[in-house]
Amino acid sequence: MDNGVNSNTELVSIQNLSFSRGDRKIFNDISLTIQRGKITAIMGPSGTGKTTLLKLIGGQLYPDRGKIFVDGQNVHQLKRSDLYTLRKRMGMLFQSGALLTDLNIYDNIALPLREHTALSEPMIRTLVLMKLHAVGLRGARTLMPNELSGGMARRVALARAIVLDPMMIMYDEPFTGQDPISLGTLVKLIKAFNNALGLTSIIVSHDVKETASIADYIYFLSDGKIIGKGTPEQIKNLQSEWVQQFMKGDADGPVHFHYPASDYHKDLLNI
Amino acid sequence: MAPFISTTLLAIIIKIYLIFKIIDSMIHFFQSLGNITLSSFAKLGRSSVFLIQTLTGILSVIPRPALLFKQLYSIGVLSFLIITISGLFVGMVLGLQGFNILSDFGAEEALGVMVAASLVRELGPVVSALLFAGRAGSALTAEIGLMKATEQLSGMEMMAIDPIKRIIAPRFLAGVIAMPLLAALFSSIGVLGGHMVGVSMLGVDDGAYWSQMQANLDFQDDIINGIIKSIVFGFVVSWIALFEGYDAMPTSEGVSRATTRTVVNSAFAILGLDFILTALMFGDI
Repeated sequence: MDNGVNSNTELVSIQNLSFSRGDRKIFNDISLTIQRGKITAIMGPSGTGKTTLLKLIGGQLYPDRGKIFVDGQNVHQLKRSDLYTLRKRMGMLFQSGALLTDLNIYDNIALPLREHTALSEPMIRTLVLMKLHAVGLRGARTLMPNELSGGMARRVALARAIVLDPMMIMYDEPFTGQDPISLGTLVKLIKAFNNALGLTSIIVSHDVKETASIADYIYFLSDGKIIGKGTPEQIKNLQSEWVQQFMKGDADGPVHFHYPASDYHKDLLNI
Repeated sequence: MAPFISTTLLAIIIKIYLIFKIIDSMIHFFQSLGNITLSSFAKLGRSSVFLIQTLTGILSVIPRPALLFKQLYSIGVLSFLIITISGLFVGMVLGLQGFNILSDFGAEEALGVMVAASLVRELGPVVSALLFAGRAGSALTAEIGLMKATEQLSGMEMMAIDPIKRIIAPRFLAGVIAMPLLAALFSSIGVLGGHMVGVSMLGVDDGAYWSQMQANLDFQDDIINGIIKSIVFGFVVSWIALFEGYDAMPTSEGVSRATTRTVVNSAFAILGLDFILTALMFGDI
């Protein structure tokens, strides 16, 4: 499908990015690329700024240093109107779904179409029902967001993210807090959409098994640095102790079980 | 000799310590003073930018009246009950108090003009704005704050929909339109409440009540000025409420604090502005 994208193979290119919140450095000079048409996963423990990275790519936050190019455009030098034009081609799936609570499912999905296109209502209806059918929720169109389960809300948000036929989708922790069935559904949908719609997908997640099962390429982030990268196969054979601990979910290793603290015995005796 | 030296030494050390302590606390005081000043200026700056964006955002609401009507309903129509009931009671109290004072001078016939002038000039705009801040302002702050906390605003931005245009501007415009209408309703019901007590219960002459009111209230001085006041209050309360929600920390505590600030700051702003406006309109200060 033609999404109006340039033909080179890199869709997103992050160069020497640094970002800090207050005194805390979230990213320290990281560079990575996202290939077109692939599913790229960015993994790492909670609090490493994975969501922040997506907000930087989407132009909602500004980096301290470094550049981010999306489809050849420097996101942080675009004018507001150009940034908005670019965003129409980027879908984002928030962890919470971020559905508007005062609109029902149908209107939530119709919202980007109504805001950005001059399509007639019958046309919008057809498009919305097609997207809802694709995520299996055509029958739920009259429900309000608060009547949905977490998994359903995420599927609705997914339908909304693809309603403008974007060139890429960013998934923020799509698998967190899902029961096994919705988990399986989401994994299947993300893979299917990526292939069927010619999308580029970026998944930030800490759910190792599900993410590794569909990702084409994986980056590991920790303490503001990229500490490992490769295809899922390469990752399995990576020598990094940290990556191995993360992949296997061991309680202790390079990442310690204990938050840094003073000596236990002395602390108990209060000396 | 030795103990004498050590006591003086001790006294000096204690003095030096105290002096340092005082200097330290003074530095602390100035630091926090500077901090508060800087953060309030920063907030003032953010709120001004927010206001300008909102005012420009209104242009994109005009071609889409459906967005405005929905907000007029939830901000205006749903405030009807509290405004009507409060207006009735305030009018009744005015009728009662006014009658007691005026009857001392044998001027009960002036009850109508007294009730109406107090309502139209002061109590209508001010009390209805205070109620509006409590009823609609707090709701706006909580709504916007929660939309921020649940990433709805962020989600709209990522869909390339400007939340200021789509969410904030219609609410702001609805607030500015609804406030004078609610104030007018408050005053009208208040006049009826005063009539109910003064004429029906205390026996003031019905004709005198209305004709004195008609003769002594000036359209320009009283009605128009009252309307101007309530438009200003509507503007300020909507601005404060929406900005506090938009600027809230995206946590439960942040939203609850923002809601409190909306009600408190709105009350200050209404009462302070009321004095300034009254001085400009009626006073010779």
